[in-house]
Amino acid sequence: MIRDITIGQFYPVDSPIHRLDARVKLTMTFIYIITLFMINSFIGYFFVIGTLLAVIKVSKVPIKFMLKGIKSIMLIIIFTAFINLFMTRGEQILWQWGFLSLTLEGIFLALKMCIRLVLLIIGSSVLTLTTTPIQLTDAIEYMLRPFKKIGVPAHEIAMMMTIALRFIPTLLDETDKIMKAQQARGADFDTGNLMQKAKSLIPILVPLFISAFRRAEELAMAMEARCYHGDENRTRMNRMTMQRRDYHALVMGLVYIVAIFGLRYVSYLLPFII
Amino acid sequence: MSIKINHLTHIYNSGTAFEKKALDDVSLEIRKGEFVGLIGHTGSGKSTLIQHLNGIIPPTQGEILLDGENIHKDKAKLKEVRRRIGLAFQYPEYQLFEMTVYKDVAFGPTNMQLPKEEIHANVVSALETVGIAPELYEKSPFELSGGQKRRVAIAGVLAMNPEVLILDEPTAGLDPKGRDEILQAIKRLHEERGITVILVSHSMEDVAKLVDRIIVMHDGKIAMLGTPKEVFCHVKDLESMGLAAPQVSYVFTALKEKGYEVPLDVYTVEEAKKVLLNFVKQVSV
Repeated sequence: MIRDITIGQFYPVDSPIHRLDARVKLTMTFIYIITLFMINSFIGYFFVIGTLLAVIKVSKVPIKFMLKGIKSIMLIIIFTAFINLFMTRGEQILWQWGFLSLTLEGIFLALKMCIRLVLLIIGSSVLTLTTTPIQLTDAIEYMLRPFKKIGVPAHEIAMMMTIALRFIPTLLDETDKIMKAQQARGADFDTGNLMQKAKSLIPILVPLFISAFRRAEELAMAMEARCYHGDENRTRMNRMTMQRRDYHALVMGLVYIVAIFGLRYVSYLLPFII
Repeated sequence: MSIKINHLTHIYNSGTAFEKKALDDVSLEIRKGEFVGLIGHTGSGKSTLIQHLNGIIPPTQGEILLDGENIHKDKAKLKEVRRRIGLAFQYPEYQLFEMTVYKDVAFGPTNMQLPKEEIHANVVSALETVGIAPELYEKSPFELSGGQKRRVAIAGVLAMNPEVLILDEPTAGLDPKGRDEILQAIKRLHEERGITVILVSHSMEDVAKLVDRIIVMHDGKIAMLGTPKEVFCHVKDLESMGLAAPQVSYVFTALKEKGYEVPLDVYTVEEAKKVLLNFVKQVSV
């Protein structure tokens, strides 16, 4: 159960996608997310799905891992689908009951929204599965640099993210261990009504909080002992440099954007393809 | 009650890049009333093995038989299995959560739905066994010292009145006094109540002093199995697995190399004293 959470979980294989500069990957993911909300036709989605599958194939990460992320937002997807299905006003009413009405427009809208959400999650999992958290936060720090002038503490934000990401697996392991220890004392997390289930979490949450605070304190102490003082005059062990492959990737990203705009235009010309 | 392990294999994260075979075809029997030591290098599969014994993790292959019955056959009985086989994890003090020491120790037996009087009797006897004084019962477990916390946590397992007690490095990170107190409590339990004990430890001295039989794990397999005498004379093999023998064994191996005719199967200080005094007497005669 705990292992299902993929956010922030790097999948260690060597692939062209893994080797790309994190800044390039971050930019591309942004572009990808924006385009998801620009697409208005199913052809467009087919194109995006095709592109995404190709990228996943190249990344050598089993598609099973990408799909795991969806499980955790299944409820949101179902909710979105429901709202869109029954709350959309339209011309062609297929079925009506009270304020709920099923329209052709609603079906299409619900379908599009679900595809969008699924693609959103899978797309961002590609980024987190192929980029180590450290690379990712370095990239974020770099991207935030221009905002430093208006007082955005880019380095501090990046550092906080690095630490938060760093502790996700640690805390998951810790949770796993505490759960096992309480199970060995007969704790039961699966049966009972909602109230009992909520109560059964106390023996996990109390030790988990205590250990999280203890770890935070130890880390702060260790950082201070090494005279950590933030951004000023810090150099990096791994400097980010753009390689030829990164420029290639950017060009491909440009082609992708052009294609998306092209498809948008095509669907205006040929509205019957939907 | 005996525990029998048949061809147990466990693979973590099967089918992914993180796949790791932690146990590889392990077969083993632990008899009633035995005191078994489990030693092995970090990552040798000790912790995985003991977590299988009370059904916390299910095997990838193979089975665990408790009195001849597969513990995973009936899911409803798993709780009873966990009561009968008490497992104290490494650093068990990190599982403490209740407001008072008493309540925390009562957590296990309460989950087992024992009658109220029995819970009280169990809690008091468990706390007595580990040497926690009654005036500490109503204190918060977080106010105690490290060694006391550890003992309260172990009492939390004992309070379920298990027939088998498994301890994963119960003395790790404790000072010598705390270590002796815990080992004494375990020894008393074994001798007075006849509980079967499985002790996972990195300290060869502790293992040598206490156990009847040693299981040596290496790379997910059982590398050696036998009495301390049998296991500790293989100093070289133990070292190749990243382990060591008790220091007394090294003394005797060195004496032998110097040409003194001493036996090699001596591993505790008391025994060494006897043997050496005898030896000196013989030489001087």
